[in-house]
Amino acid sequence: MSNKVWIYIDQFKGQVHPASWETLGAGQTLAGKLGGGVTALVFGEGSKQVAEEAFQYGAAEVLYADDPTLADYRPEPYTALFSKLVKDGAPEVVLFPTTTRGREVAAMAAIDLNTGVMPDVIALEVQDGRLLATRPVYAGKLMAKTTCEANPQLATTRIRAFQKPASDPSRSGTPTQVGAALAEGDIPSKVTGYSQASGGVSLTDAGVIVSGGRGVSNNPALTPPVGLDEKQAEIWRAQEGFKLVGELAGVLNAAVGASRAAVDAGYIPYEHQVGQTGKVVSPDLYIACGISGAIQHQAGMRTSKVIVAINKDPEAPIFKMARYGVVSDLFAVLPALTEAFRKRLGK
Amino acid sequence: MKIVVCVKQVPDSAAKVVVDNGQVTWGDAPLVINPWDEFAVEAALVQKEALGGEVTALSLGGENAKDALKHALAMGCGEAILISDPALASSDSQAVARVLAAAVQKIGDVDLVFFGRQAIDGDMGVTAAQTARVLGWPSLTLVSVISSLDAGSGSVRVERSTEEGRQVVESMLPAVISVVKDIGEPRYPSFMGIRKASRSTIPVWAVADLGISAPASVVKWPALENAPVREVVTDMISGGSPQEVAEQLADKILAEKVL
Repeated sequence: MSNKVWIYIDQFKGQVHPASWETLGAGQTLAGKLGGGVTALVFGEGSKQVAEEAFQYGAAEVLYADDPTLADYRPEPYTALFSKLVKDGAPEVVLFPTTTRGREVAAMAAIDLNTGVMPDVIALEVQDGRLLATRPVYAGKLMAKTTCEANPQLATTRIRAFQKPASDPSRSGTPTQVGAALAEGDIPSKVTGYSQASGGVSLTDAGVIVSGGRGVSNNPALTPPVGLDEKQAEIWRAQEGFKLVGELAGVLNAAVGASRAAVDAGYIPYEHQVGQTGKVVSPDLYIACGISGAIQHQAGMRTSKVIVAINKDPEAPIFKMARYGVVSDLFAVLPALTEAFRKRLGK
Repeated sequence: MKIVVCVKQVPDSAAKVVVDNGQVTWGDAPLVINPWDEFAVEAALVQKEALGGEVTALSLGGENAKDALKHALAMGCGEAILISDPALASSDSQAVARVLAAAVQKIGDVDLVFFGRQAIDGDMGVTAAQTARVLGWPSLTLVSVISSLDAGSGSVRVERSTEEGRQVVESMLPAVISVVKDIGEPRYPSFMGIRKASRSTIPVWAVADLGISAPASVVKWPALENAPVREVVTDMISGGSPQEVAEQLADKILAEKVL
């Protein structure tokens, strides 16, 4: 356990969060500059199988803990074990993926280890042997160059900001099992289950996102069912509009996003919101339908690789950031686009 | 039920924030209570209304952070406290957590501390968990539902928003909770609330009042830069029927090799 760079791998019941491999790749780049290989840590039910996979992605050493107290994620036992291992192994740097668990363990371990945490970084350099991290702040309006003057330097890497390394099946190793740090009686909480599964493709992981805004509710060709009041009719129209968004997303295997205006108007649940007070996303392709592109929304999707805007208002600010723009009635263009992709992608 | 809710004063989310001569500026955009923290205040008030007790709003910042506290008072919090001390300028998140934890201890007998999920200026999203860790209390972050809360037995049951869905967790009190938007729409301050808030005097605590010395900060941000300008030449696709436009657009997107 003498490697200077350690990686926290996030997994749930044997399913690795794919961003963990991106983090491992970022760690290997750092190890190339700081010397040594990468030690990976993975906790929880099913972690042994993930630990074995970590060798294929380039880990030099892997520690795993599969104890009943760690079966489901709870911050206290996970952090206690993490901090204990880090105190013993004394790495200089530990990277985590910016998942809900990764961010939380990093945050709490910083307190245990009397160090600092740099969450959600998009770039990592080494300067005089120390990390120089780039963090978007003010929802990406500004970039903060950030350092941590204590060891270990803890950072979480933004999902999709670092390249996932290639898996090499010829690499293998034997992971080292470690025990838990807390007994069940010392853990203040219990996980009793999951009340609802998250549906569909997760926005932050998605390679392609199709989003709808207020404009999806404006289809004049639709006649709402009788008996709806004005607000209900508007929402009904919007939901019909989001069906078109969803159909295109289905063909592209994309996640469905929305603007804050659409969420606030009750068209679609909050979990779809992209923007400063929603999710910050960075897909390869972002198709904005009926979204004007308020600064709040831009803050959540500005780092998308290719942006496509479909809006009937040629003055909409979204066109200023779009690679391709269509000024048109989205209710005509969207179904046609779905059909065009269906033909080309053979679906 | 004794509840503390932590709030922060930040530039409005619509503000055009830029770096000018090394200084962050947001023109004449207003400073507001961090939007996520309004959900935390709402969650705290809902619990107080159901179970009785008191809600104290707590902020760390300069004199202008009093406005965020006044907003919390106007929404219905009973008291507000500002922690302000030049020794805390440029504090990093773990230093902030240590100061907030000391203030919660000074307030005393607190059952629950609420936070919003993150502040929209620093976008750290770690202060709730770090404060819990300093206090040695359970950390319940990203909570979308509080399904039961019992001061008598000292327990709380919540649903946390995770990648896999809503994780149902039962925990002992006292605890620290950070909330997400699903917790419930924040109320507007009432006229009476605004009047009461404007007349209130907010006590200011310095570090020495907390019985600690200013915690060292190890995270530094030596440079702030404007986000790189997106250099994009927009290809406007027009002419022809919706089908023709769609066919052209689909071909161009496929040529980008992003699918």
